[in-house]
This record gives sequence, structure tokens and C-alpha cells, in this order.
Amino acid sequence: MSLINKTDWSLAMLLVASLGFVGLIQTIEVQAATDSTGATTEKKNTNSTADHSKFKELDVNFKTGPEVTKACISCHTEAAKQLHATKHWKWDYINPDTKQRLGKHNVVNNYCTSVPSNYKFCSACHIGYGWEDNKFDFTAEEKVDCLVCHDTTGKYKKLPGLAGHPNYKTMEWPPHSGKFRPPTDLKQVAQNIGKTSRATCGACHFRGGGGDAVKHGDLDSSLTNPKKHLDVHMDAQGLNFTCSNCHTSDNHEVAGSRYQPTANDTKGHLIPGSQDKRNTATCVACHGNAPHKDDLSKMNEHTGKLACQVCHIPAYARGNKHTKMSWDWSTAGKMDEQGKPVKVRGSDGKVKYDSKKGGFTHDRYVIPEYQWFNGEVKWTLPDDTFDPNEVVKINDFLGSPDDGKSRVWPTKVFRGKQMYDKVNNKLVITSLSDDKESALWKNFDYDKAVKFGMDYVGKEFSGEVGFVKTEMSWPITHMVAPKEDAIDCGQCHKENGRLASVEGLYIPGANNTPLLDKLGLGVAFLTLMGVLIHGAIRYFMFKRGG
Amino acid sequence: MSTERIYIFKRFERFWHWSQALLIMFMMLTGFEVHGLYSLFGFQLATEYHTIAAWTLVSLWVFAIFWHFTTGEWKQYIPTMQKVDAMLKFYLTGIFTDAPHPFKQTTVRKHNPLQRLAYLFVLAMINPLIWISGWFYLFYSSWEDWGLAGFLSLEWVAFFHVVAAFMMLIFFIAHIYLATAGHTVSSHIKAMITGWEDIED
Repeated sequence: MSLINKTDWSLAMLLVASLGFVGLIQTIEVQAATDSTGATTEKKNTNSTADHSKFKELDVNFKTGPEVTKACISCHTEAAKQLHATKHWKWDYINPDTKQRLGKHNVVNNYCTSVPSNYKFCSACHIGYGWEDNKFDFTAEEKVDCLVCHDTTGKYKKLPGLAGHPNYKTMEWPPHSGKFRPPTDLKQVAQNIGKTSRATCGACHFRGGGGDAVKHGDLDSSLTNPKKHLDVHMDAQGLNFTCSNCHTSDNHEVAGSRYQPTANDTKGHLIPGSQDKRNTATCVACHGNAPHKDDLSKMNEHTGKLACQVCHIPAYARGNKHTKMSWDWSTAGKMDEQGKPVKVRGSDGKVKYDSKKGGFTHDRYVIPEYQWFNGEVKWTLPDDTFDPNEVVKINDFLGSPDDGKSRVWPTKVFRGKQMYDKVNNKLVITSLSDDKESALWKNFDYDKAVKFGMDYVGKEFSGEVGFVKTEMSWPITHMVAPKEDAIDCGQCHKENGRLASVEGLYIPGANNTPLLDKLGLGVAFLTLMGVLIHGAIRYFMFKRGG
Repeated sequence: MSTERIYIFKRFERFWHWSQALLIMFMMLTGFEVHGLYSLFGFQLATEYHTIAAWTLVSLWVFAIFWHFTTGEWKQYIPTMQKVDAMLKFYLTGIFTDAPHPFKQTTVRKHNPLQRLAYLFVLAMINPLIWISGWFYLFYSSWEDWGLAGFLSLEWVAFFHVVAAFMMLIFFIAHIYLATAGHTVSSHIKAMITGWEDIED
């Protein structure tokens, strides 16, 4: 950038000097190169006033997680009550604007589809202990899992199938791998408690959808210790942001939720001390609405239409890990010659077929799909009907160029083909993992699995399972590139550029006025021909006469 | 046939003409790239150059307008239909047969009637169109503050800007050629450089 600025500047000076007066030129700031060598590795947080390893309450050979929690809340008396009120705990959330009942427990997605009847697996990412069926006690304080977010040792892991507990006994993990995890040293973990980190948040959020990088596309374990090019803020050698730098929390409720997103933050900088209960996890909250200093190329004028992420996240899955792009449940259940379930890997090394789950595709360094988004999401919930001949938008991002509150957002659109009730035209709850008799992953019988799931939540089911095409949109907002790597203007300002399919945008340079161009160039050409012919005749007459 | 020399174009006028010529050529070059007709500097640089050149031209115009009014030279653009037919006839036939130029330049009438009409068209039609649309283009982010957001669309602003740019291109081609259509092929061009024009007596 600084090179370009210098070129601009010298050109400006040249023009101005040659004309002998100064034009009204906007100030250009030539920025000093940032020193990227200032090596600071991620240090253990030592600025706390409490050293938990000195607490006698924690000098205990804990047998289970809830025992640790009891010790925690003997001092942090309000902590569990705070957590009980959060989405992380309830997985149940009513969007105040749309009144739709959302949250992990209520929505059906197009990855592993649904939580109920699959608690033992799903609750490996619940901030609690023991959510194994629909009788979980949400008022029990000792069932809050403090460690999963506050561990600093990296040795605490909640494993799928254990209903939110870490392993207390030696356990083979991953299953059938021949590797064994020793029992979790709860005392060591508890004594080394600290602030949340990229690793603790990532333990669940990097692994959404059932594995590293699967779900979001812009969140995966490459962000645990990222280089600057991957994430300019989280750069472990540089700014070293953790998730909570932006996703601040208030009474343990963390800011920034996909269930009530902020698509267009018009409030400018967040002033420290402000009592405004706004979402802190937006670009604008720190950078304001006119963040570009050298703005001869009018970048600030884009902020009304485009989310910052459009230019500053040139691609997702930039950490070299493959993210899942599509999932076809309809092909699940095929066995090998011995009648055993199989996993087939593609040339990218990723599983492209799994008897339990069907077919997948994966990709990395993916250019997002761009769409207008005003922050309102219309979910197709299990009680909503749809037309199965059309692609069901499970979470439809609403927005338009004209509503005055939308901006264009980069999104990962995840495409699925998944179970639905063929007669009632509704999404279904499917038993995948827990129940021995019905679970799809044990018996490979869709009719049984869906019937069990629907009975489990007390919903009507016709008995006929079909497969419907579905789409989910995921806002791309992490993996922000350094400004040098933001997409350059020409990626959109050209014919068939990145935003070509987004309606309602006038993009100079994108061949907007083909008729006018033909007409204008045509008349210019005729004028040129006219004067050339006129000139030729003059020359000819002059020669003859002369 | 004798000739006399008259001083037609003053120093500022010549400076204004040529610096404006350079700027307009540069703005056409960068502007049509911004519009997407070709790729030369790359979109970002083309935009930045176009903006810098625009502000420079604005500054030049401030001086030029001041000059025109303080010197009374603006009267040179008052249109007349007198001898327009003679001029047309000259360009269509006389010029080929070395007929005498029907217009005699003086310092108070430096432009022939066709020139007057053409320059007036540039001043009263192309320039306002290009400046007003360009101004809105440049201050896109202020539309809301100006209360114009509901009335303007970038698409139409750009459309009129491009229309005006094509008109300017066409004028430019004709203008360069007609610069050779004076009393001699080079007399107009010489005058624009030195200020002095040879006049046939």
C-alpha cells in the first residue's frame, strides 16, 4: 500500500507543480511499515491477583467435573447462576425481533441435523455435565462446566458420547485408534484455571459440525496459533487477540450471536464506559464507519453497502484446512462386501463417503458467496412446512438493496440433502447416536431413526422419510486478512467480478452500460473516420493543386 | 498576399488551454478505464488518478473563470449565427480548393462562428453535465447529509457522467482535427503555442 500511496503522491505533486498551484488534494498518509518482528509468544496470563494453585479448595483429588464446579462456586458464588441464563447453557433462545424459538436444541441444521435424542454426543459441546436425555436438570449449579472454557493446560477434553464429561478413566480415543487417553487430571486443570483463550473457545467452535473446520469455514484450529496472514488480529506473534477481545461478556453472556446477528453496525466506535448494550463483536465497534485513512479510491464510500468482511476476508478456510461444503444424507447406509460400514477418502484426503453419514464434499481457500443481509434470519424450524421441490433455506438471510439496513455479506453456503417428513413436508429429528435400537449410526435404518427422534420430542411423524435439498448460510467474519491482502478493487470492478450476482449494486467497471458504450464509441469512431476522410481529401487536393 | 501577425492568446490563456488539454486527456484515459472499457493502470490507481486530476482541474477552473470574468474574455463565447453558413461551406468545399478563409480573426473576435457554437456547447452542455454528475459521483457519501439520497442513484449519476465523457471524446477528436483547418494547416496550433496568429490581409 505504501508504494501505491507514494506513486499517488508523486503524481499529485507532479500535476500540481506543473500547474503552479495547489489543488484540493485529500491528505495521504504514508504509513510506516509495521514491525512484524516484535516477537511475543503467547504468554500464560500472569496478571491475575489470584493464583489458583494456592487455594486449598482446589488442592483436592477431584473425581468428577461437578466436584470441581462445587469448589469453584464456593468462592464464585454467582457464576453458575450467571451461566444458567446464557445461550451456552440453555441452547434455547427466542429471537426478540422475530420471536422464533432458536438455539442449538431447537433448530435443525443440515450437518448432523438435530440435538434431541443425540445428547450424549452433542453435549460434548455443552457447558455442562450430564445432559444425556431430556430430563437434564438445568437448575443444578454443580452441573455447570467451568473448566471447558477456563482451562489453560490444554489437557481437558469433553469427548462425544460422555454427555459432557471428560474421561475419568483411561479411554481409547479416537475410537478404534489404539491410542489411549489417561484419566483427566482434574486437580491440575482446576489449579491452572485462567481466562478463556482461542484454544478453549475453539474446543467447540472450531469443531462445529463434528470435527475440525467442518462447519463455519472461517473457524478452525488453524486459529489456535495463527500467523498474521491468517488473522491480523489473532496473530500470535502480533496483536494476539483472543476470541473474547471482540466477543466480550457480560454476566457470562458472550456478545455476538448468529441467532441475532448485527449485519450493519451504524453506531460507529464503541466508547469505553458506554452503557449502550450493543454487540461489541463488530468491526465497526473498534474501527468506526469510515476506517480508511488514504481514501482517494473512495473505500469509505463502500461501507454503506458492503460489510467490511467482503474486502477484508478474501477467502474462507484460509488456514489450509478443508471445510465441509456439502452433505448428502440420502446415500448413507451403503456397506462394503462384508456388510460392514465404510469410509471412503477422496484425493484431498478427506472422507467423501461414510456409511453412517452419506456423501460429503470439502474445500479450502473458498471464495465466499455474497448476499444482502439485514441481520434478520428466517429459520425453517421443525414445525414449519415447506415445498420439497424447492431448496429449503434453513436459515434464510433476509435483506435487499433497498431496505436501508442491509449490507452485502460474504457467506459460506452449506448445501445438504437431508431427512424430512415426506407427507407433512417438515424437517425431522433423527436419532443418530444414543439409542441402541433406533440410532442410525448403529442400525442404518432411517425409518426407525426418524420415528424415534420424532417420538422423542413428541412431534407428529407420517412414517415416510424423504430427502430434501437444503441450504444454510454462515456469515464469514473471522480470518480477517492484513490490509495488504484485502481483495483489490479490480476483483469486483470488472466484468463478471466477485459481486456480479448481487443485485441492486452499481459497480463502475463492470460493463454496466453496454448500449451507451457502443453508441458513444460508435459516434466517436465515425467522427474520427469523418475527420480522417476530410483530411485525406484536403491532402489529396493540396497535392494535386500544389 | 501579405500577412500580419496578431497576438490572440495571452500567456494565461495558453497555459490554461494546454494544462486543461493534458488533464482532460488524462481524465478520459483514467475515466474510461474506471468505466471498464480497458485495463491500464488497474481500477484502484485509475480511480485515484482520476480523482486527483479532477481536483486539479477544479482548481484550474477557479482561476480560468476568474480570468474570463476579469478580462471580459467570456464574451468570446457569445453565439452568433452570422456567417455560420459560410463557415460550413468553407469546411465542406472551400477548404479543398484553397479558397480564402471566410472568417477574419481579431483580438476581440478570436473564434469563428462555428468555434463559438462548439465551445459554447462544451461550456454550456458538456461541462455542466460532466461537472455536476462528477461532483455527485465524488461526493457519493454525502448524499444522505445533503438530503439527496432518495433522489439520486449511482447508476444514473454514472450514466450521465459517461454520456458527457463520450461527448467530450467526440469534441476532442473534432477539435484536434479542426485545429489544422485554419488559414494554414499549422496556423491555429502555432497561435495556441506562441499566442501569435498569422492573419491574411
